[in-house]
Amino acid sequence: MSGHVNLKDTVLEISGVNPRKCMQCGKCSGTCPAYGEMEYHPHQFVTMVDRGQIEKLMASPSLYRCLACMACLERCPRGVEPAKLVEAVRLLVIRQQGQNHMTGDDIPEKLDPELPQQAIVAALRKYGK
Amino acid sequence: MRYSYYPGCTLKTRAKELDRYARLSAAALGAELEELPEWQCCGAVYPMAKDEIATRLSAVRALMSARDLGTTLVTVCSACHNVLKRANEDLKADENFRTKVNNYVAPEVPYAGEAKVIHYLEMLRDEIGFDAVKEKVVNSFKGKKIAAYYGCLLLRPGKVMAFDDPENPRVIEDFIASIGATPVLYGQRNECCGAYVTLEDKAQAQKSARRILDSAKAAGAEMIVTACPLCMYNLTANAPEGAVPVKYFTELLAEALGVKEVQA
Ligand code: SF4
Ligand code: SF4
Ligand code: SF4
Ligand code: SF4
Repeated sequence: MSGHVNLKDTVLEISGVNPRKCMQCGKCSGTCPAYGEMEYHPHQFVTMVDRGQIEKLMASPSLYRCLACMACLERCPRGVEPAKLVEAVRLLVIRQQGQNHMTGDDIPEKLDPELPQQAIVAALRKYGK
Repeated sequence: MRYSYYPGCTLKTRAKELDRYARLSAAALGAELEELPEWQCCGAVYPMAKDEIATRLSAVRALMSARDLGTTLVTVCSACHNVLKRANEDLKADENFRTKVNNYVAPEVPYAGEAKVIHYLEMLRDEIGFDAVKEKVVNSFKGKKIAAYYGCLLLRPGKVMAFDDPENPRVIEDFIASIGATPVLYGQRNECCGAYVTLEDKAQAQKSARRILDSAKAAGAEMIVTACPLCMYNLTANAPEGAVPVKYFTELLAEALGVKEVQA
């Protein structure tokens, strides 16, 4: 159980988010363009982090579907900033040894001639370390 | 007026036209863009975790270099702009980040966010003025219905970017009007195009692109303009058949100013 507490503390610390401010209005999830692709929606991230269910979130593909578009963060009436929780949980995963979700080796097969460099840089930043 | 200029890695490679037309147009408008003598890729996405220091340093170095040159730093790519602006604002607001950065880079003069960083569209609006742009137009886009695509990175987080009203922006519409065209409003203009997720799940990115393109089409747009090479990619390479065509705003500007064919 203490492991859970530590994970939660780390998430709160590196994200700077206070999930207790959330009033569960669901506006973040309503505006999320990745809603259909995320198993856990932004408002659920907030509750689950608050409940310490970090390992469940760490195992979820939702971490790689968030676009970091900041719609949830901009439109939350309570200033909760769910996007920062998604990022913090993803970092807990990819900072572990051998847990990169995508590496340079995965890129060549995904390349197409029109793809801008920034897409590759961004994906490697978001999905690996 | 002289400015420092941060083109970013994509404008040096896949999006060379975005860069070329930005430079030609600036020159025609009397703005001198001087590329920073040394810069590295900013990383394309702003690291949101408080303990990410190293991943923010290339942006910080560009900001420090603009401060030392004493000129306002201009960006064109929405992603570069988001990273540079957020890094600068965090340097002002977050003492822990500022201290770590200064200890690590050890600049001659400590840096606390003194550089001013603006997007090219802000330069047009706030420094040159859209009226002045209008006066220099030789090829008007009169009668053309053009939709602005903001995406997310120019606008958000609104408090940090302070670029425009994040929910009801108008700078690109004002730009469109300045070159003689008719701006078309549509619901999805500030929703995300799918970003880097195109590399993780192409279907998801295609869905985002379709949502935006359908919304612009239904509003009667004949063309969409963007500032970002990744928006451009998602709205073209991930577009459904028969979608509204997408151009860089700098290309239209250069055409309107009659400098598109100038060899720089
Ligand atoms: S919008 Fe804010 S307050 Fe509402 S559910 Fe999301 S995080 Fe909670
Ligand atoms: S930042 Fe992520 S979670 Fe928030 S709205 Fe965008 S895609 Fe959804
Ligand atoms: S955002 Fe992009 S294009 Fe711009 S420098 Fe950064 S990575 Fe490169
Ligand atoms: S809309 Fe897409 S590329 Fe454009 S700024 Fe957002 S994520 Fe970026």
